Amino acid sequence: MNLTLKVWRQNGPNAEGKMETHQVKDISGDMSFLEMMDVLNGQLIDAGKEPFVFDHDCREGICGMCSMYINGRPHGPKHRTTTCQLHMRSFSDGETIHIEPWRADAFPVVKDLMVDRSAFDRVIQAGGYISVNTSGNTLDANAIPVPKDDADAAFDAATCIGCGACVAACKNASAMLFVSAKVSQLSYLPQGKVEAAERVRNMVNQMDKEGFGNCTVTGACEAECPKGISLENITRMNREFLKANLSPGK
Amino acid sequence: MIVVGTGLAGSSAAASLAEMGYNVKAFCFQDSPRRAHSIAAQGGINAAKNYQNDGDSTYRLFYDTVKGGDYRSRESNVHRLAEVSTNIIDQCVAQGVPFAREYGGLLDNRSFGGVQVSRTFYAKGQTGQQLLLGAYSAMSRQISKGKIQLFNRHEMMDLVIVDGKARGIIARNLVTGEIQRHSAHAVVLCSGGYGNVFYLSTNAMGSNVTAAWKAHRRGAFMANPCFTQIHPTCIPVSGDYQSKLTLMSESLRNDGRIWVPKKKEDAQAIRDGKLKPTAIKEEDRDYYLERRYPAFGNLVPRDVASRAAKERCDAGFGVNKTGQAVYLDFADAIMRYGKTEARVQGIDNPSDDKVKELGTSVVSAKYGNLFEMYEKIVDQNPYETPMMPYTIGDFLSNDIRTGPIANDSEEFMQAEKEVTEKFEKLLAVKGTKAVDYFHRKLGLLMWDNCGMSRNAEDLKSTMKEIHALRDEFWNEVRIPGKPNEMNPELEKANRVLDFLELGELMCLDALDREESCGGHFREEYQTPEGEALRDDENFLFVSAYEFTGDPGKSVLHKEPLHYEAIELKTRSYK
Repeated sequence: MNLTLKVWRQNGPNAEGKMETHQVKDISGDMSFLEMMDVLNGQLIDAGKEPFVFDHDCREGICGMCSMYINGRPHGPKHRTTTCQLHMRSFSDGETIHIEPWRADAFPVVKDLMVDRSAFDRVIQAGGYISVNTSGNTLDANAIPVPKDDADAAFDAATCIGCGACVAACKNASAMLFVSAKVSQLSYLPQGKVEAAERVRNMVNQMDKEGFGNCTVTGACEAECPKGISLENITRMNREFLKANLSPGK
Repeated sequence: MIVVGTGLAGSSAAASLAEMGYNVKAFCFQDSPRRAHSIAAQGGINAAKNYQNDGDSTYRLFYDTVKGGDYRSRESNVHRLAEVSTNIIDQCVAQGVPFAREYGGLLDNRSFGGVQVSRTFYAKGQTGQQLLLGAYSAMSRQISKGKIQLFNRHEMMDLVIVDGKARGIIARNLVTGEIQRHSAHAVVLCSGGYGNVFYLSTNAMGSNVTAAWKAHRRGAFMANPCFTQIHPTCIPVSGDYQSKLTLMSESLRNDGRIWVPKKKEDAQAIRDGKLKPTAIKEEDRDYYLERRYPAFGNLVPRDVASRAAKERCDAGFGVNKTGQAVYLDFADAIMRYGKTEARVQGIDNPSDDKVKELGTSVVSAKYGNLFEMYEKIVDQNPYETPMMPYTIGDFLSNDIRTGPIANDSEEFMQAEKEVTEKFEKLLAVKGTKAVDYFHRKLGLLMWDNCGMSRNAEDLKSTMKEIHALRDEFWNEVRIPGKPNEMNPELEKANRVLDFLELGELMCLDALDREESCGGHFREEYQTPEGEALRDDENFLFVSAYEFTGDPGKSVLHKEPLHYEAIELKTRSYK
């Protein structure tokens, strides 16, 4: 198929950006979206022009590095699919495709389609862990049974890949889905309960400090999340947050 | 301490060192340590916990691993791995890694290739992701305490040796292009495997050999470079622009049965799209792994499974349009699990549909998205590489009185200059071919001649071709942009250049090792049944190569392997 691409070009965080128009020809439906971008970049290099910069790594939908805003939707039109796993058969011949970076204050553009998501790392550093050393002995793994339903719920929350589509989809650029997924995962497990109050307070504080917006429960994050992280996690985090702030002496 | 790479090895090393009190600088080329390709491991992690009471023990895991490695690994290293395996599971659970559990709340296990017990701990088809996020969280904790300084979007460009010791690295900030000098008392390389030398592999796009290769160029011996392994399960290749392969966990072989049609005409009809696999009767299917290896069946090790699939496909029984695929069938597993589940739920005389429904939900809980996505699996594919052991403790004990290492010594300045000049030279070529052209060409050469089977004649000619390709690279490569800015093509060129040297060394090693063992299959050395024919008399050693300036003329050092606890045997999975 032949396509018209309108792609965001921006030289740096403070530079002014603009859409550039390019044509690509003979794109097969079996190609992934990023392979189509490879074709475009190959074309640009051959013509002595600068290729577009974009983030990508595993190309199997698990590392969370790819991040394109395609036709007004994070990761494009296909439900629960990352950009790298989106195939060109989701588009038709002659179509015009708009490709932009994630847009949020907390995710400044590095170059073209690449953004800086280190705010997510700093939120995790604020408390997204259990304080246990990696060396030395701990309890036997089976010493504390965890009800299967809780373990499954913790796993579901833990499947977040940290891509930031939730932030990109949200009109408030809120990171509540991302933060709540980690808070939720650890709150379901007995190991995580000890530090629960401190964790949720610190992570929420850091989230606010990074400049993410608040949640107005529109649910765009859940709808666009490539891993189907549930909105229920936000409810759970709010409960944890309330509990942490109401507990006497904490 | 400098730690390069933030996968399972790097992030846990960085966290452990920081917990012990060291100040750590950690480097990763991605935007976050959580992106490391350990995240893509699917099936699970082995530990000799014997929770299933099936007779597992540290010795048994040790034995299975030595045997799985076809008696070409260091016995003591493998024993250490088996020993600490149980500790790792305790560790992960304490960190909040959500492993699969049974209804009683205890941990669940499944089985894996080359093994007759259930000792694999898993989190659906995403175990690597959960393990990495555990290690990443331990690392994040130390970053918040200021014990680890994280350098994301930074890549190691060279290793700096001062008085015979690795005392730092030259790194490039991938966002600004700035070249930096970082010094330390020790440098730990946790930079992962080099499967991308084959171009199409299940590695991430950025996975590369650069850090390891630079260390090799600076004097570290490269061990067994030709020991790469082809994973038996991945999604078939589709077209010319394909950039990578997608792995399917081998844990699928736990419950799936692998087969091809018994009759060639059936296989042909399937390839032509005239016949559906479900229409082939039970007696017309060849469950070739169960036929050849009754004791291990579908759970033979990867190299054996890959080769057996290749044998069937080469003989004309392959399916799919390409004839390069075999079937993996879950029908039996679904019915078996469904019956058990019906009994658990107290359903008497369940209908076949009910059994199927119950069984499907059990299987989908076990394999998650993997099972839904794929029914067929091919034989072609990716590679894994041996890891090099290191001992940091010993290395550092003599350095207790050594003060901070200066990063402006002659050695650092020289290494920095070499990196800068190399980039200038690369950009000055201004040829006509993009970096990918060379990478694809190298990948094809390696796949055809140094992949699943190898022979002396092809290896010799491939070494020459790689050498010529390297010359062509230096005359023809076209890299846009400048060195002191973000420049992904320049990053790629730098990595591909190292692959172009590594490829030649891999061929040299494959040529030298005149035997077949594990994933290294030399066509000249096989049993009449097509199994790998080892030569313990002449090749019971680790090949360690010393760089001499030309990878094709590297000097071989032999480290003999000693087996004290395990008797050397011909591997059999029958």
